[in-house]
Amino acid sequence: MIKANIMGLFGKDYSRKLMLSILGILLGLFFGGVIIFLQGVNPLYAYYYLINGAVGSSQAIISSILKTIPLGIVGLAVIFAYKAGIFNIGGEGQFYLGSIGATIVGTIPLPISQVAHVILCLLAAIIFGGFFAAIPGYLKAYRGFNEIITTMLLNYIAILFTSYLLQGPLREPGTYYNRSSSLQPTALLSPIITGTRLHFGLIIFLVLAIIIYFVFKKSTLGFRLENVGMNKRAAFYAGENTKRLMLLAMCVSGAIAGIAGAVEIMGVNGALVENFVVGIGYDGIAVALLASLNPLGAILSAFFFGALRNGANSMQISIGISSAFVYIIQALAVFFVVLIPGVPRFIRKYKGVK
Amino acid sequence: MSDVLVLEKITKKFAKVTANKDISMNLQKGEVLALLGENGAGKTTLMNCVCGLYKPTSGKIYVNGTEVEIHGCENATKLGIGMIHQHFMLVPELSVAENVILGINRPKDFFLKIGEVESEVQKLSELYNFGIDPKALVKNLPIGMQQRVEIIKTLYRKADIIILDEATAVLTPSEARELYGIVKKLTKEGKSIVIITHKLEEVMEMADRIVVLRDGKYIGSTLKKDTNVKELATMMVGREVLFNFKERTNSIGDIRLQVEGLTLYNEFAVKKLDNISFNLHAGEIFGVAGVDGNGQIELSEALTGMMDYQEGKIIINGKEKRKFSTMESYSNNVSHIPQDRQATGLIMERSIAKNLVLADYRKLPFSKNGLMQETAVKEHGQKMINEYRIKAAGEEIAVKELSGGNKQKVILAREIDRKPDILIAVQPTRGLDIGATEFVRQKLLDERNRGVGVLLISTELEEILQIADRIAVLFKGSFMGILDKKCTDIGEIGMLMAGVKNAHYEGELQ
Amino acid sequence: MLKEFLNLVFSTAFLTASITYSTPFILAAMGGIVSERSGVLNLGLEGMMLTGALFAFVGSYFTGSPVIGVLFAVGASMVLGVAHAIACVEFGANQVISAVAINIFAVGLTSALFKSFFQNETGQLFSPGFEKIQIPILKDIPVLGNAVFSQNIFTYIAIILVPLTYIVFYKTKIGLKIRASGEYPKAANTMGVKVQKVRILSVIYSSAIAGIAGAALSIAGINTFIENISAGRGFIAFACIIFGKFNPIGTAIAALMFGLADGLQIRIQSTGLPIPYQLPLMLPYLLAFVMLFLSGKNFSPQSWGVPYFANEEE
Repeated sequence: MIKANIMGLFGKDYSRKLMLSILGILLGLFFGGVIIFLQGVNPLYAYYYLINGAVGSSQAIISSILKTIPLGIVGLAVIFAYKAGIFNIGGEGQFYLGSIGATIVGTIPLPISQVAHVILCLLAAIIFGGFFAAIPGYLKAYRGFNEIITTMLLNYIAILFTSYLLQGPLREPGTYYNRSSSLQPTALLSPIITGTRLHFGLIIFLVLAIIIYFVFKKSTLGFRLENVGMNKRAAFYAGENTKRLMLLAMCVSGAIAGIAGAVEIMGVNGALVENFVVGIGYDGIAVALLASLNPLGAILSAFFFGALRNGANSMQISIGISSAFVYIIQALAVFFVVLIPGVPRFIRKYKGVK
Repeated sequence: MSDVLVLEKITKKFAKVTANKDISMNLQKGEVLALLGENGAGKTTLMNCVCGLYKPTSGKIYVNGTEVEIHGCENATKLGIGMIHQHFMLVPELSVAENVILGINRPKDFFLKIGEVESEVQKLSELYNFGIDPKALVKNLPIGMQQRVEIIKTLYRKADIIILDEATAVLTPSEARELYGIVKKLTKEGKSIVIITHKLEEVMEMADRIVVLRDGKYIGSTLKKDTNVKELATMMVGREVLFNFKERTNSIGDIRLQVEGLTLYNEFAVKKLDNISFNLHAGEIFGVAGVDGNGQIELSEALTGMMDYQEGKIIINGKEKRKFSTMESYSNNVSHIPQDRQATGLIMERSIAKNLVLADYRKLPFSKNGLMQETAVKEHGQKMINEYRIKAAGEEIAVKELSGGNKQKVILAREIDRKPDILIAVQPTRGLDIGATEFVRQKLLDERNRGVGVLLISTELEEILQIADRIAVLFKGSFMGILDKKCTDIGEIGMLMAGVKNAHYEGELQ
Repeated sequence: MLKEFLNLVFSTAFLTASITYSTPFILAAMGGIVSERSGVLNLGLEGMMLTGALFAFVGSYFTGSPVIGVLFAVGASMVLGVAHAIACVEFGANQVISAVAINIFAVGLTSALFKSFFQNETGQLFSPGFEKIQIPILKDIPVLGNAVFSQNIFTYIAIILVPLTYIVFYKTKIGLKIRASGEYPKAANTMGVKVQKVRILSVIYSSAIAGIAGAALSIAGINTFIENISAGRGFIAFACIIFGKFNPIGTAIAALMFGLADGLQIRIQSTGLPIPYQLPLMLPYLLAFVMLFLSGKNFSPQSWGVPYFANEEE
């Protein structure tokens, strides 16, 4: 049905991929600048505040990294599923489910060490996120349902489900707000550098990126998953149980997105609140795409988007350009990254006419 | 006679290859011109430039003496050019009449007025004795019928120049005869015909004149009465063609594969295989002939675990298998050369080396403790490239960069190097040039000599007659009969392919 | 209690509300179906609707004319449509990702523009909107008269679009071209159909209608704009097309079901039944799953989502 041409989108060459992403970003910033200009603000001026707010001080860099972590991990989730030929747009729902899992386990006082409690929370998030992704994974692999639709629908269901939990079972008794009780101190991720907010989630993100990189670079599992993604029929012909592999890929993807949710709760929020992220599933797609589906590349592209987000906040405060503006730049960058590979063909076509 | 179509120095370049180089030729009114060449010689591309599907990179086209520029298919239609493509350009989901009217813009006609079209199609169908129901959906028509819809389409558009691309490839011998008749009738009405083909018999049967292409270049032109098959073959291939196969060095052995009453329904509950039974012995080539779409894919896929079947038994090396996966088929030591090498047999973006271990990555030395062993995989790739004479710049090249013949060699190398007990080959030479065809057939014979049971499923009757020991004919999902090659001829097989069981031969069946 | 609930559900008011709620779904789906049938996946309906909703509001607010508001909406969503069409058809971009980009863009744009236009305003803003139009005579038909013929102009447009789309698809030459382009573009091309042109125009048309659907969210009653007002309705419209098996009638029925679900969830909330309010809100999405199962085997145009380029090697 939807024959994804993503795999063929990029050449083998890493530097070419990098150039493509950088070009996409530059074009995004350029056209974003045009829109800023139309609002009567000098774009260079605006971008000065943006960059300053993003990386202008160590404080700013830490804030940018904090925004990077959830984006990056969800990006990894998207990459994992995509390698096996599944478009996981449900990162947001799986993220929420993961954060629910972590909240449930994290709010229970347990007589165990911090490391053990954190691991338990992450396990809960993996299970919650993984099972939630198993629904569209099963429907896609065994029933042939379009995963784009099912994951999208499940996002809304997950958000409403979270909202319900925060009004009912998980709500902190006696508060006015829809929020859960705070996590136990043992369930929180400690700062990497004391005195800053930079938490161990960064390490989790980096380790995940490296693991996923090696899975696809070296392991037979990665070889098989990628075979399914590149040509499901050929993989089946070569003896793979393609349905099971697709389900597996989706579960792992959901588990990774779940980890992202847990990390955000355990490292930043300390409690589950309603709508604490918006559109992270989409952001993950942007991260994955700009990384050319390379898990290590996701570190860079996630940092770019994280910094953009952080910088936009200070841009809003300084000169009143709405922080929603980052979405515009993000969208333009993604748009150009999918557009650019088609340029040579386009030129060929119109040169032929004249 | 006057030239209705003249091509002058036509060159067509694609992003990577030059498909046609400086080709000049002409077509005279009322003649049948054969455009002869091997697969990949550039015949179809050249005619696609004439019918407006491609724009030539350079060169001139004259129709009825005036120079024309053909911008698109609509343009070609206006000039009276119609082409019947090898893969029919019919939209399966639409009805016959809808396919006929599609793309015709008479001004002011916003509505389809499908009723009028239907009656016109009906008239044309009766005129040529086609027996087509204009209301039928194309997807429900048999292949031979679809070809007639294509012909009606060009006639409806009042084409005077009709191009037929490999028109007999999908037909039974008797259907092909009918097509010859239709072509003759069309030329009598003053239409000029180009037939694109690589089959020499077809040329001798139908053509008045022949133009030969090789490697995208014009080689020569001759009248049929001045030439013969041998000369044409030499022109086409560039050397003398001799299929010199080594003699059999072994005798037929034990039963490797036993199929009893195999019946299979597809996902739409249509019966695709009907009570098929046969034995495949070690050291023989068992050929399955038949027109495309009579259950070939289903048969090969049922035997390799790719499709589930409903009734019957499959016994491999003495062990009965039921509901087995492709993984089990691999463990059963069954190799499979699939019909569609691009969609099934290979992963186009993957390197040659990785495609060669598509299934064997499971074994040492290609993987260890769940990790791929890159060096072993690469070395193996290099070895196979040498052994199978795969033309490629190295084992790291993606297979999509390879020519059809070399793609097939990659599959062949992978499936044969495993030393299978049973080898199932479906259309192993489709679309290949003569050199590659010869190579593939020789490899199949080598496997037979090694004692492998080879099941050769092919629509090329010539191929089956050339290398098979026994021949079954598949028609509408069942075997019309199993014949010994020594006691049969092309006429008998042709009848069976069309579903006609001659009473005279009945006694020899099975 | 139960009787009270049933009374509410089976009331004319409920039917009226459901038809009102299904209007944006039907509109967006009737536009989207043209793009999908031509072979271009248009998941950007969501962003196009959202953009349409904002521009309809802005246009109506500043000019005082809801009609100009609709024109604004159509213009703005068509800009996105042109971008999606050119990216997918001329550049062969991945159609899902192009749409993702368009949806992200729409979220950013509407939010940024809304803030910059109305940054000095406090409190809820309202624009002029469309009033209900009662159709003489027809409005007096019992039940249906109230439910169907006392609606907004958008509902009438939606109701007319359904048979119109059907007729165009199956009885006209342009419809035949659209269908053929989505099924087998190469064949269509050999028969003189300019597939790329057909596809581009189909996508742009779908974006224009999605803009109207967006206007139906903002200036057809509530007459205001709320951030992310579309709330996934574009995706639901897209889903309706799949449930309706790419047939305008089936799609409209699916869209009507979602309108009913929307109407039902609001009814349930107002009955004060002791169930969490999120459950009825989930109803449309849960319904979508039920419909996925009911619609069974996926059907889609053969070349749906596959780019086609004329004059190119296979």
